Amino acid sequence: MAEPVISVKGVSKKYRIGLADKKSDTMLTTILNGIKNPLANLNRIRNLSKLNDDDSSIFWALRDISFDVQEGEVLGIIGHNGAGKSTLLKILSQITEPSIGEVKIHGRVAALLEVGTGFHPELTGRENIYMNGTILGMTKKEINLKLDEIVDFSGVEKYLDTPVKFYSSGMRVRLGFAVAAHLEPEILIIDEVLSVGDAEFQKKCLGKMEDVAHAGRTVLFVSHNMNAVQTLCAKSILLYNGRNILYDDTDKVINTYLSKIGSRYTWQSKTLDMSSDKLRKLFVKEVKCSQHSIISIGDNFHIDVIVEALVPQDELVSINLFFKAHGETAFVACSKQTQLMNGSYIFKFLFPDNLFNNLNYQVDLMVVQMSTSIVFLKEVLLLDFIDDLELGWKGSFPGYIRPNVETIIEKV
Amino acid sequence: MNREITIIKASTGWRAVNLKELAHYRDLLWFLTIRGIKAKYAQSILGVGWAVIQPLFSTLVFTIIFGSVARIDSNGVPYFLFSLVGLVPWTFFANTLTDSSNSLIANAAMINKVYFPRLVLPLSSIFSKGVDFIIGFVLLSIFLVAYQITPAWELVMLPWLILVLLFTSLGLGMILSAMAVQYRDVKHAMTFGVQLLMYAAPVVYPTTNVPEQYRWMYAINPMVGVIEGFRSIFLKTIDFPYEWLMMGTIISIILFIFGVFYFKRMERIFADVA
Repeated sequence: MAEPVISVKGVSKKYRIGLADKKSDTMLTTILNGIKNPLANLNRIRNLSKLNDDDSSIFWALRDISFDVQEGEVLGIIGHNGAGKSTLLKILSQITEPSIGEVKIHGRVAALLEVGTGFHPELTGRENIYMNGTILGMTKKEINLKLDEIVDFSGVEKYLDTPVKFYSSGMRVRLGFAVAAHLEPEILIIDEVLSVGDAEFQKKCLGKMEDVAHAGRTVLFVSHNMNAVQTLCAKSILLYNGRNILYDDTDKVINTYLSKIGSRYTWQSKTLDMSSDKLRKLFVKEVKCSQHSIISIGDNFHIDVIVEALVPQDELVSINLFFKAHGETAFVACSKQTQLMNGSYIFKFLFPDNLFNNLNYQVDLMVVQMSTSIVFLKEVLLLDFIDDLELGWKGSFPGYIRPNVETIIEKV
Repeated sequence: MNREITIIKASTGWRAVNLKELAHYRDLLWFLTIRGIKAKYAQSILGVGWAVIQPLFSTLVFTIIFGSVARIDSNGVPYFLFSLVGLVPWTFFANTLTDSSNSLIANAAMINKVYFPRLVLPLSSIFSKGVDFIIGFVLLSIFLVAYQITPAWELVMLPWLILVLLFTSLGLGMILSAMAVQYRDVKHAMTFGVQLLMYAAPVVYPTTNVPEQYRWMYAINPMVGVIEGFRSIFLKTIDFPYEWLMMGTIISIILFIFGVFYFKRMERIFADVA
């Protein structure tokens, strides 16, 4: 077997998660702490980059990751939020160093962790193409050769000499992706870039990536979009809490992933910081589903969201639940807008039977006040649905929802 | 396989600069420099005119306050010219320090998303200030012509002065930018520190006002040799200050070398703490 183009051996990465600062509640204590604590601050800041193992504030983002990628392989990297995908990509693209272990890469790498890095609003589209291209490691000569193609792909030729600050966000993304798409590295690392832009543009991007993959270049692809991973990657690795737990055919990896993350039916706020809006003194305390294990698609159920207001709320509050399957939003359930006084409130969301498909749904929660998201919690619940209806068809139905549509059949 | 091989692992201690890699990214350095210049003067009425106004107005104010009110000695030349010649290199030095020390923090988003030699960031902020320096220089030339002053033959030493100025700015710029990533105090200190530093250099007063026995210590500041060198060339205030300049050259080289290595040493943690 040929030597792998990417060889990752025993890579670990530790971070220090910020130790809680001493709380100061009043202006006076803030000032006093400020006077007393420069030395403490010095130590704390120095320690940001010094990591001792015995420390309780050490967090292992990656633990002993090893895998090889062969030339021309398109490898998917999947895992839940915080599994270490982004950290792994940052190490592979040399943005940060591993704490332990070694990576050996043969060939030129281009990492696309974001589109339009280095764009400056005051510069024109043309200037930003050069700016962004050179940051990604192209030379001016290479960009000159591809400028027409890039402009063509982005579809912003009319505004090429307009400062980018006057562009719509969509145009900026298109321009950024157009530059990135014309990189010609031997190894391409892509992180979630598909999650931006409109549907048509996403399709264009996916097409471009397929071209890259078919051209025999090595690609590492991170995404929450299982369909995209399935289409593009023959093999995938699954990261779980910083460890590489599976390296296999993409289908198997996705199934394992879905069953791993596939169930969490209650959620409780652990740290208030995460689940509160301090200014408005509004907390999300608990989210629970009336079903406590895999739900049959034929059952109805409800989800209770308990919030507590420490002060009466001036503005109406509404809670939105986002139901996502395969990384894409299936639908949003919005509560009525409600006036909250102090105290705890239960928002009860009633879901009918025969609405969900037999998939794993991720539920994100958003608290909205005055049309603004004031608290956003990702993956509060992970609901797993099975199809145990006695129907003739045993395969799965496509689509993110599967409502029971009443049909009337009459002879005419 | 005939390809470049990259090894990524935890690095320790001091590292040298990868010059080959830096050369590959020279176009990035160029565009960052252009970006620095364009972004600075975008959407302003006077645009690059500000590069004239800054030294000119400082010179006017200094002439009134230090020249006319405080009557500081100016080695027998008009105080206006005296301070303008000092301010042109000083303004460059001061602006590069403020700008380069902030260069990594200001571009933290880039550092977190793409790998490129981080050294191009402080380098580009110094180069983009070069334009202001050239404009200041042209301004100075105009006044010299107006006053009908011809420079001394030591004009040939001007590249030496500019090199010392560059090495000092680069060295300190690299040290401060790397420090500022971890200690944001640098940013706070720089805003007024640069103003105070001006009084540690012979910008508003001549070095001859410093007691003779302390002058060697005073000349540890590389800007002393640079500024007095400028004055010696253009205004013939004193003999060309070889001794001070030698001292300044040595210090600036030390600063530069230390700066490069300190920057490389700190580079590995930029993405983690920026």
